[in-house]
Amino acid sequence: MKSQRISPALKVVAFIAAIFVALPLLSIFVRVPWSDLGHMLSQKSTRDALLISLQTSVIAALLSCLFGVPLAWFLARSSTKWLSVLRVICITPMVLPPVVGGIALLTAFGRQGIVGQYLYDWFNISLPFTRTAVVMAQVFVAMPFLVLAVEAAFRQSDKGLEEAARTMGASPSRVFFTVALPAARPAVIAGIALAWARSLGEFGASITFAGSFPGRTQTLPMAVYELVSVDYRLSLVLSLVLIFISIAVLAAMRDRWLAGR
Amino acid sequence: MSISLQGTIGRGEFERALNFSVADGEVLAITGPNGSGKSTIIHTIAGLISLRSGQLQSDNITWDEPSTRIWVAPENRTCAVVFQDLRLFPHMNVIANVSYGLRAHGVAKDEAMTRSSVALTRVGLSSFEKRRPNDLSGGERQRVALARALVVEPRVLLLDEPLSAVDASSRAAIRDLLPEVLSSFAGATILVTHDLGDVEAMATRSLGL
Repeated sequence: MKSQRISPALKVVAFIAAIFVALPLLSIFVRVPWSDLGHMLSQKSTRDALLISLQTSVIAALLSCLFGVPLAWFLARSSTKWLSVLRVICITPMVLPPVVGGIALLTAFGRQGIVGQYLYDWFNISLPFTRTAVVMAQVFVAMPFLVLAVEAAFRQSDKGLEEAARTMGASPSRVFFTVALPAARPAVIAGIALAWARSLGEFGASITFAGSFPGRTQTLPMAVYELVSVDYRLSLVLSLVLIFISIAVLAAMRDRWLAGR
Repeated sequence: MSISLQGTIGRGEFERALNFSVADGEVLAITGPNGSGKSTIIHTIAGLISLRSGQLQSDNITWDEPSTRIWVAPENRTCAVVFQDLRLFPHMNVIANVSYGLRAHGVAKDEAMTRSSVALTRVGLSSFEKRRPNDLSGGERQRVALARALVVEPRVLLLDEPLSAVDASSRAAIRDLLPEVLSSFAGATILVTHDLGDVEAMATRSLGL
């Protein structure tokens, strides 16, 4: 297909925009100490941060799926008059500064928190500054991405098929698992990938609610942040790892987001 | 009496008063032009839409009665529907589509598969079990929908424009098949159509809207 003519002025502006995004990323590639890469990646502190990041982000993505898919189904099919309010609340973390999310989690689940004080008094459970807190912060920030993607798929799916299943004797939960969920499967997979990528990059909410303790709660983004002033070269290496993971997620999702037309 | 409906369906200008009953072995054809609310009758009996007023009963069990707030959920009504747009599950193969209702009713997998195979043979699709609905012709899909409805041995069979999704070439074959299948069906059948040819070929009685 012949491409549409684009005015030269717009081309220049578009080029500037693309360069603005590409240049900082390329700079990391240029400055990374490639010769020391293997050595730096094998350091204990690096491996710890990488492992904690992978472990917490995978758990956060799975929890986001486990709780987010039913939430998306409810948002797509319920007719309660509070639906729009509920939807706004559920997706607020997407636009909230993550550090505010961390404060909110502390207020709810901290030792003096609305729920946290009882968890501590009654069960001696203290959530802040634990690896569980890292996962909670990641779920808080990442789940809305999955919910939005999956809710859209549920809304677009054919209600007629669900009705047919009902008339064939299927209970509402059977309809969900055998008809609605298979139809939304591509969106669920995309939502999990999106939630995982967002969890992996999570920084503000996690560092506020879980702190940055090496070997315990320090994830890759936290390590990068702390290393900038101490070991700039190592922070570049860790940044490179995160860039590679981001590119891998985009490549895996290319049919969904990168389809040119 | 297998099924009886006395009341009003639809809303506003589509509101319509109805009073009919269908006995076992009978095929009642409800005819009328497009937009006259024929499909609404099917959806009301199946439980996808509520009656406006009145009463819907099957085998003396009330399925829907707004005045007493009695309403039986679609999955608990002993009826089966062949929808106008068929609504076969695209992500399941033919045998999974046909056995779906049996499995939903708690029939063991092996028995459900055996009964579904028999139902498919009855509509002439014995070698189509592993095919996907999207790989079938309109006539073949129609047969799958029919097998899927009959396999659960419903008390009431609801057919919504059963020949509308079929191309002209296979229409005659389905029109031959349907009366044959219906004659061996023990329950009550309600057939909704705008085609008087369907009425002649299948119905024992008709009701114009």
